[in-house]
Amino acid sequence: MLSLIIIVAAVLILAVIFTAYRVTALVDIARKSKNQDDKSVYEVPKDNKWHGLLGVLFIVIGFAAFFYFSIKESNVYNLPISSDHGVIVEDLFSITMYITVFVFVMTHIFLFGFGWKYRHKKKKQATYYPHNNKLELIWTVVPAIVLAVLIISGLKEWNKITGPAPEESEIVEIMGYQYAWAFRYPGKDGMLGGYDFRLMDAINSVGIDLADQNAHDDFMASQLIIPKGQPVHLKIRGRDVIHSVYNPHFRIQMNAVPGMPTRFWFVPTKSTNEMRELTGNPDFNYELVCNKICGKGHYSMKGIITVLEPDEYDEWYKESQENTFLKQNPSYISKVPSHLKEAAKIAAGLENISEKQTVSTAYSSSK
Amino acid sequence: MSVTDIQLQEDLDHHDDHHDEHHELGFVSKYIFSTDHKTIGKQFLITGILWAIIGGGLSLIFRLQLGFPEMDLEWLRPVLGKWITEGGKLDAEFYLALVTMHGTIMVFFVLTAGLSGTFSNFLIPLQIGARDMASGFMNMLSYWFFFASSVVMFISLFIETGPAAGGWTVYPPLSALPQAIQGSGLGMTLWLVSMALFIASTLLGGINYITTVINLRTAGMSFARMPLTIWAFFITAILGLLSFPVLLSAALLLIFDRSFGTSFYLSEIFIAGEALPNMGGSPILYQHLFWFLGHPEVYIIILPALGITSEIIATNARKPIFGYKAMIGSMLGIGFLSFIVWAHHMFVTGMNPFLGSVFTILTLVIAVPSAIKAFNYITTLWKGNIVFTPAMLFSIGLVSFFISGGLTGLFLGNSVLDINLHDTYFVVAHFHLVMGSAAFFGLVAGVYHWFPKMFGRMMDDRLGKLHFWLSFVGIYLVFFPLHYIGIAGFPRRYYSFTSFETFSIYGDLNAFVTIAAILTFSAQFIFLFNFFYSIYRGKLAPANPWGSNTLEWTTPRNPGHGNWTGAIPKVFRWPYDYSKPYKPEYLAKLSEEEKANLSDFIPQTVPYSDTPESNLEHEDEIAKTEKDTGAVKVEA
Repeated sequence: MLSLIIIVAAVLILAVIFTAYRVTALVDIARKSKNQDDKSVYEVPKDNKWHGLLGVLFIVIGFAAFFYFSIKESNVYNLPISSDHGVIVEDLFSITMYITVFVFVMTHIFLFGFGWKYRHKKKKQATYYPHNNKLELIWTVVPAIVLAVLIISGLKEWNKITGPAPEESEIVEIMGYQYAWAFRYPGKDGMLGGYDFRLMDAINSVGIDLADQNAHDDFMASQLIIPKGQPVHLKIRGRDVIHSVYNPHFRIQMNAVPGMPTRFWFVPTKSTNEMRELTGNPDFNYELVCNKICGKGHYSMKGIITVLEPDEYDEWYKESQENTFLKQNPSYISKVPSHLKEAAKIAAGLENISEKQTVSTAYSSSK
Repeated sequence: MSVTDIQLQEDLDHHDDHHDEHHELGFVSKYIFSTDHKTIGKQFLITGILWAIIGGGLSLIFRLQLGFPEMDLEWLRPVLGKWITEGGKLDAEFYLALVTMHGTIMVFFVLTAGLSGTFSNFLIPLQIGARDMASGFMNMLSYWFFFASSVVMFISLFIETGPAAGGWTVYPPLSALPQAIQGSGLGMTLWLVSMALFIASTLLGGINYITTVINLRTAGMSFARMPLTIWAFFITAILGLLSFPVLLSAALLLIFDRSFGTSFYLSEIFIAGEALPNMGGSPILYQHLFWFLGHPEVYIIILPALGITSEIIATNARKPIFGYKAMIGSMLGIGFLSFIVWAHHMFVTGMNPFLGSVFTILTLVIAVPSAIKAFNYITTLWKGNIVFTPAMLFSIGLVSFFISGGLTGLFLGNSVLDINLHDTYFVVAHFHLVMGSAAFFGLVAGVYHWFPKMFGRMMDDRLGKLHFWLSFVGIYLVFFPLHYIGIAGFPRRYYSFTSFETFSIYGDLNAFVTIAAILTFSAQFIFLFNFFYSIYRGKLAPANPWGSNTLEWTTPRNPGHGNWTGAIPKVFRWPYDYSKPYKPEYLAKLSEEEKANLSDFIPQTVPYSDTPESNLEHEDEIAKTEKDTGAVKVEA
């Protein structure tokens, strides 16, 4: 069906071209006696004024469509904002939008309005007007002032967003790899353990360095789960090529670069459940988007972000921190240096298991 | 037309005088290995047009995928072969290759070589009054390096692993590791070889343009009397000369990383189940080097288009360009600032946020000279006597795109707004309007305007205008909707949006954009037909069809090697004396009929002493000293 439409469109276009050319060619033949090349200058054709008029028509219809669509669809393309800084960023976005739309409309009215008003007329002469310093000064200074305002209001917010994360922030490590995301939480001690890319393998996907004591209670999660109303500090890494942590609802974006850890902090303000109500979509999820070309599967490199109410979050965290990486993958205890093994077992919650194991082996051997 | 009858009889530069004797060149040295700047310009133009068809065609293939993801593309198999999957879909990796090649081809081969290469070569000697470029041989090499570069890039489209596929910016590590994407194998190697050849071509051309403009201007052609086209080409060449070597260095380091095991850009990478030995490099270094060229590059693309537009708008509004000096000043300002704004492409790459602040300030500062240019174009139209030739329509279209696309730059240049817009379709909309479409319109406008001088014939006027309206409306229909898609957060370089709930909207808008793109692309065939048909069958062109002041219109209909048959003309005034008012006492003496036939332009070759009826006060003073330079008025 679609290919049919395209073929029809192509045929129509060709027909238009052909007809148009036939018409002009015929008209030229008819006027041939007049149009010899003894003319020293191009003669202004009769259709000149129509092009002035078409210009005016273009902006009238264009602006009507522009304003109609922009207003009608504003709820569709303006995604709901779900972060603290997002609200302020959005304000600056709106201010910039008002200014640019004003300039866009005015300049186009002049551009095509002048085109129509000052179209060629035989007896008329253009005004010799090579410069006007005052005018030029005005349109140097006014844009400069407007831009200064935009810059200053932008920079204030930029400094806050990119400044150090508050001390009480929830820390999560997020690592992009072809073509998925891995999330690591610091566990009970609140400290993320070290990492080394040479320790990565199929299970230890983020390269947790178990020689670091802080790493023993770290746990992995399959989603980015964060609390509402609290600052969240994302520590971002890339494993193979550059990826980008992006979510349009939170207005967050930061590249995940191999060999250079980056970070981004923000305060989510709407829980996933609240968004489900707000959007009327019971399946709504915040989606973690990869926004830096990273290979074949770039377009499907998705993660889920779930924002929980603070008490729900605390509960989830308490449960999850029991499932430390070491507990899930006890064989990795061999990677822990021997003098830290006991402490690691305790931190990872492996103690009970190994005790039971010892008991049961003792039992079986005594038998 | 009394003013055009004036010729210069004597020329003090005797060494240049005898250019009449003409020995016929063979086909090869005339059309292929030619050292004539006009032929080289045409070679760049035709090659650029061929690349534009390829580059535009590639974009239609991926637009079909984006607009109609369900569509059965089996019918493309004869062209794309194995890149159409068993299910009749476009291969996801080849999609990225298409995007990459579309960008590379358009930015470098069409809008740099095709635009700057064509018009700098063709117009610089003609407009400054020189027989040819400073070095015709280097100029020829410049084209043939470009040709070699084109051949290599073209071959890369057909290799088994596909062409480069890491985006036209080819960021490592993606572009450095064949394990990450197939296109980073042989395709990427060819890309780098091709770009190295291309850079050599640009540098050979650029040195020539600069030398020619500085040294070969005819008597009287001071810098303050140069047409704005020449100013634009001059500044462009300087930008290219300073920035392209940096791209070469970036490419060279990438070649080392890819082939010789160095770690300039690579560090701590675990891919395909193994940890690579590279340590200590930084992918961000590549981005700095790339954008140190990359940002001046967008001005290398747009400045020649703006120069062409200045010339065409002034000629066809029959008015001097408004604020000639401000236009030069703003071009110099843009040129200078273009070197210190590059990192606005990198706000969210993890670069130090303080740098982000600095580059935000500098970036928004560059908006000021750009705004001055736009306002000056509009004021040039004010109280003009506007003739809508196809070239004029395309120039006005360029101003419209430059404004629309420039304004969205205020969002993207502001680091805090860029967080949410970076790498979305908003960026795609922005640069396709301000740089892509605007420069493309400059290229087309230039072709329509100078076609009579290139081929001695006129292009068809009506087909030109039809081409304009279809392209102008079409381009807005393609790129304007992308702003909405971008604000909604759609990432660029996505093969499909079906994996994300957030992007489940606007399937209809994407389909609309695709249809508009097909129509706009089809409309270009009107141009192609008009162009090639008119070369052979167009109406014969008068020597100066548009009533223009600049020197190229004083050459014969088909200027031969050396451009002017007699002595090189001298220059006595600036190029924008359109509709200069006659003194009332002069007009009082004329009959109505004589008044109606008064010329509304004074070519640069006319001395002030010949135009006492329209001289301004200070020009009457100049006229007195002018007499001594040997200019003599000849009665025809």
